[in-house]
Amino acid sequence: MGVADTGADSLKLYGVEFSSRLLAGTAQFPSPAILSRAIAAAKVEVVTVSLRRESGGSRAGKSFWTLIRELGVRVLPNTAGCRSVKEAVTTAEMAREVFDTPWIKLEVIGEEDSLQPDVFGLVEAASILAREGFQVFPYTTEDLVAAEKLLGAGCEVLMPWGSPIGSGRGLNNPYALKSLRAHFPNVPLIVDAGIGAPSQAAAAMEMGFDAVLSNTAIARSGDPAKMARAFALAVEAGRLGYRAGLMHARDMAAPSTPVIGRAFGDLSRA
Amino acid sequence: MRIHVNGKALDVAAATLGALLRELDYEDGALATALNRNFVRKTDRGKTPLKEGDTVEILVPRQGG
Repeated sequence: MGVADTGADSLKLYGVEFSSRLLAGTAQFPSPAILSRAIAAAKVEVVTVSLRRESGGSRAGKSFWTLIRELGVRVLPNTAGCRSVKEAVTTAEMAREVFDTPWIKLEVIGEEDSLQPDVFGLVEAASILAREGFQVFPYTTEDLVAAEKLLGAGCEVLMPWGSPIGSGRGLNNPYALKSLRAHFPNVPLIVDAGIGAPSQAAAAMEMGFDAVLSNTAIARSGDPAKMARAFALAVEAGRLGYRAGLMHARDMAAPSTPVIGRAFGDLSRA
Repeated sequence: MRIHVNGKALDVAAATLGALLRELDYEDGALATALNRNFVRKTDRGKTPLKEGDTVEILVPRQGG
């Protein structure tokens, strides 16, 4: 497989094809205008959104929703911050009505310091939502058994964390992430959370992950549009490298220039 | 009647969830409702009665990660 065949390399999520493998969160941007510029600069096709409380008479929710629709991207609503199965399921049901999509990025948080997913609650909530016709994108850990159970519950896409949300620590457990990739070669796997730099996104893609979702690293950078573009390029480069076939690392040097025919070779030890 | 709306205690006159949205000046459109932690569809708001002590959530689109 080489560079020339990359034209057919689309990302497919629940039957929908995308040319970009970078998904973006919409939170924490300095302004709506900067968010718009970043999404456009990176040619992002899927963005995450949420539902929150708003007092009557306010227009913030409506203006945000108008902005997102004008971007022409697909939305992936989340259940961010939910701590129980019931909360997550109700939030998902509310999101489906508002955003008019069966897609839901399912979060059931189990631990406060790390915001680590409660994989037990996640499987239960995913099972309920899948039966209700949702297309679930579960935010999970790299745990193989949890992944297997999520797939059994009806999920067709998994979103393992790179590291805790907003930490920027990159890929905390490369061994487990590689193992996850190897165990589920045909399941779309999107590394979500903790990606702090384009190089970390590229590393995830070089491992063979199908896509990366980034929010904080782009939104809180000095120039979000430039950083979004940097992430898009890194994701593309990582994907291309994976498809081209990476060399295996080795402990000893191996000369790249041919040794045979080297001048003075017979004299070097004299 | 005293109920809780988005975490705040309010005295309201509305007898249904639909009437509550009008009383609190919510625009009809991009919002979703839950009563006592259960989702209430837009089409069911007008026939969903409220009672003393109910907990209502009214959510709108927001930025998310």
